[in-house]
Amino acid sequence: MIDIKNISKWYGSFQVLTDCTTSIKKGEVVVVCGPSGSGKSTLIKTVNALEPIQKGDVTVDGISISDPKTDLPKLRARVGMVFQHFELFPHLSVTENLTLAQTKVLGRSPEEAKVRGMKMLDRVGLMVHKDKFPGQLSGGQQQRVAIARALSMDPIVMLFDEPTSALDPEMVGEVLDVMVKLAHEGMTMMVVTHEMGFAKKVSHRVIFMDAGKIVEDCNKDAFFGDPSARTPRAKDFLSKILQH
Amino acid sequence: MTLDFSFLSWGVVSSFVIKGLIFSVQLTLVAMIGGIVLGTALALMRLSGKRWLVAPAAFYVNTMRSIPLVMVILWFFLLIPLLLGKPLGAEVSAMVTFTLFEAAYFSEIMRAGIQSVSKGQVHAGYAVGMTYPQTMQLIVLPQAFRNMLPVLLTQTIILFQDTSLVYAIGAYDLLKGFEIAGKNFNRPVETYLVAACVYFVICFSLSMTVRQLQNKIAIIR
Repeated sequence: MIDIKNISKWYGSFQVLTDCTTSIKKGEVVVVCGPSGSGKSTLIKTVNALEPIQKGDVTVDGISISDPKTDLPKLRARVGMVFQHFELFPHLSVTENLTLAQTKVLGRSPEEAKVRGMKMLDRVGLMVHKDKFPGQLSGGQQQRVAIARALSMDPIVMLFDEPTSALDPEMVGEVLDVMVKLAHEGMTMMVVTHEMGFAKKVSHRVIFMDAGKIVEDCNKDAFFGDPSARTPRAKDFLSKILQH
Repeated sequence: MTLDFSFLSWGVVSSFVIKGLIFSVQLTLVAMIGGIVLGTALALMRLSGKRWLVAPAAFYVNTMRSIPLVMVILWFFLLIPLLLGKPLGAEVSAMVTFTLFEAAYFSEIMRAGIQSVSKGQVHAGYAVGMTYPQTMQLIVLPQAFRNMLPVLLTQTIILFQDTSLVYAIGAYDLLKGFEIAGKNFNRPVETYLVAACVYFVICFSLSMTVRQLQNKIAIIR
């Protein structure tokens, strides 16, 4: 579904990604973790070309993001993305947030878009808030609406960029619950997160990044089960993150 | 010298002043709407990152902001008839000039407004499959406009005051109305005083409205 092939990226002379290669199969849930500044958010944003790369290539469902003939907006419309800071459109109501891209990008009729949007809103359990504005919702609710917004586009894959990092602790659970449900339904997911509980529970594979490189890319059970086989950097990271 | 306002009846006001007031308001509205539209286009050019768009827009804005308005009004009034071969008329000339001139100021306001919208919002627009124009039109500009509304209105109040500069080309505006009334009754001091009061009342009440609006926006955010 997603093929990341030898990509490198620089900000000026600073290299943020170095020769990263991995792939995600249909129905797979892959968690990307690592210390801050390790390039995990940058990596996930290269998948829908929000962050341009200087070397290598990414293909999504067989379509290359660096091919100049690729219609990027069309490709992005098929890839759902959830951001750390939600990024709901603050000047639009919840309903409008859910229907805007459906009508303007997919060309659905307003009625069709509304039916689809409301179905997704119901799925994240926020039907009662359909007429509110994002500013009137809690962080956890906003993030759930953001997930519903992405799902309304019927994506073939969902990208989550630290979806719970900006949330108060008591709201992390409600967002993770939605994500767990999604994973169980077979959605292909790439998730940048520090929530190791989520990784243990639903992920198939874990990618560990450090200093712009993919240091570990292995089966979840291997990653959590056999510490002796881990690289020192990953061991160090895990020991810090799991002791609390 | 004693001031005598007794000549200022409703009849005098309606026959001399109202016509001028209507033109001043018209000129303000035309220059505001035209200036914001053109200014937004200039701001988008300057933020496009493409040199062939940035350079002319920057040149235009910097030039307009470095020349006194009254000179732009005069030059436009004098030059356009030479180019067109026929006079444009003071009123039309003033509307075009003010729109072109105010666009430079509105463009700076809109540029700040566009930059006040976070990059995450742009990414969110792209991520749901919107093109650059769609993201601008549907996501960024509405927020930029809302964020900048108080500043845009404050600039419009300044614009309303500046419309009095059309005296340079003899257009019939609010000030001209008072001036003619003053000449007719040989009471220039009194009419200019009243004119000042009228400008003050209009601008001050508009300023108050903007301030209330600002508070309201602060609550929404």
